[in-house]
Amino acid sequence: MSDSTCVPSSVTAVPVAKVIARHSALVRVTHWITTLCFFALLVSGVEIVISHPRFYWGETGNDLTPTLFKLPIPASRTLVPTGYGYVLPDQNGWSRYLHFQAAWVVVFTGLLYLISGVLTKHFSKNLLPQGADFSWREFSISITKHLRFERPSRAETWSYNLIQRLAYLFVIFVLFPLVIWTGVAMSPAFVSAFPATVNVLGGQQSARTLHFFVSVALLLFLIVHVVMVCLAGFKSRMRAMITGRAATPLERT
Amino acid sequence: MSEPSQAESRKLSRRSLITTGLAATAGALGLGAAARFAQSYGLIPPDHAGIYGLGETLTYASQRLLTRHSLAREFLRSQISKPPFRNEMPPLNDAYKRLQAGGFADWKLSVNGMVAQPASFSLDQLKSFPSHSQITMLQCEEGWSYIAEWIGVPLSRILESVGIHPQARYVVYTSIDPEWWESIDMADAMHPQTFLAYGMNGGELPLGNGGPLRLRVPRQLGYKSVKFVTQLTVTDSMKKFGKGLGSASPEGGYAWYAGI
Repeated sequence: MSDSTCVPSSVTAVPVAKVIARHSALVRVTHWITTLCFFALLVSGVEIVISHPRFYWGETGNDLTPTLFKLPIPASRTLVPTGYGYVLPDQNGWSRYLHFQAAWVVVFTGLLYLISGVLTKHFSKNLLPQGADFSWREFSISITKHLRFERPSRAETWSYNLIQRLAYLFVIFVLFPLVIWTGVAMSPAFVSAFPATVNVLGGQQSARTLHFFVSVALLLFLIVHVVMVCLAGFKSRMRAMITGRAATPLERT
Repeated sequence: MSEPSQAESRKLSRRSLITTGLAATAGALGLGAAARFAQSYGLIPPDHAGIYGLGETLTYASQRLLTRHSLAREFLRSQISKPPFRNEMPPLNDAYKRLQAGGFADWKLSVNGMVAQPASFSLDQLKSFPSHSQITMLQCEEGWSYIAEWIGVPLSRILESVGIHPQARYVVYTSIDPEWWESIDMADAMHPQTFLAYGMNGGELPLGNGGPLRLRVPRQLGYKSVKFVTQLTVTDSMKKFGKGLGSASPEGGYAWYAGI
């Protein structure tokens, strides 16, 4: 299983395994840029939230109005009634700069990934469940395997299982668009040109609350994703996403 | 068999190197052209330098292209926040207290810079212009918000009355506390909803909301709506104001453009 086997040297050599291409360069580069941006958005997002850890539904909300829910944490601003006797350090300035900068980078990265994914048929070949796989039977088998924390089969070194495909599709085509939408729906300038983007969500504070929930969903995905990578074999999966190669037995047809 | 394939791959890598080089050159030229275009169309914010300049420029430029003339959402009278909200008050200075003791009769808004006739307006003079009102939302960068009716005179009326020079690009506005100053571009300055507000919810503008005079910029976050405004300066460049970043906000770590 040495790396040198990826160079087809001579006919007489008997390789026990060969290394096949797993992830395209574009998938790998966009994956890691997105990872970096997601951490920047997460850290800065937390900093922004703690300046007012109260959530509302509808158009407006402030210290004098009832909340939908409150986070049980102290705030970084003095006037917010949190029940705590102290105030956290205020890091809102650079956090806001970083949040929007990372948002722009991840939006451009996502667009590049989407366009190339359509052109190279990445979505239809690798992510859309294939005809026979997409049945309740396959679905329940896949669920059971996950619930038993079974290590993935060898086949999954070069292909995704059903639940994995559905999870990735949900993140790419539902959660990411939603987090961008609920984000721009909080912009007073953007909604002046496109008021429907905030009106259909039920108001500016509803958009903020939904932005929080979608971010939590993305964070949950990240945690499960990292746990699954560790279960499947941290080294081999990281190698596949960094170098693009995965070791696989030669007898694969 | 390995010989030609190596030669082939070397040729391929040379070809891809040339392609990449050409693409990079085209990209750099494209960026240069975009920067010149952005500069001449006023799409670059004063705080465009530094590590967050890219994001700020993209936000400002895209929103300027999309929202130059669009109107902030207006609400129904029944949607006005009850009880009316007011934010924490900065400590009021002696100059403010003196004017407050006189019922703000001596409050003056001076208008200077690139104008044909520099002028100074009392509150009564401002109220002699036809008054307008809007029910709009004030959104704080912290996350809270409220809706109120704002009564005042559109800033554009005052600027027209003093005659601004055609090369004007920004209006700088300063609170009675000189540490608190902001600026907006001409798109926001001439926008019909940018008000010099002296009234709120049918009455006088309360002290806690910036009375007697506040510049209301409803398409940007609350910190651009400076309270206790006493001075407007029309200019073609922000370089000579403070550190040249556009306002006190970027000097304190916050974005100059707050349309978010």
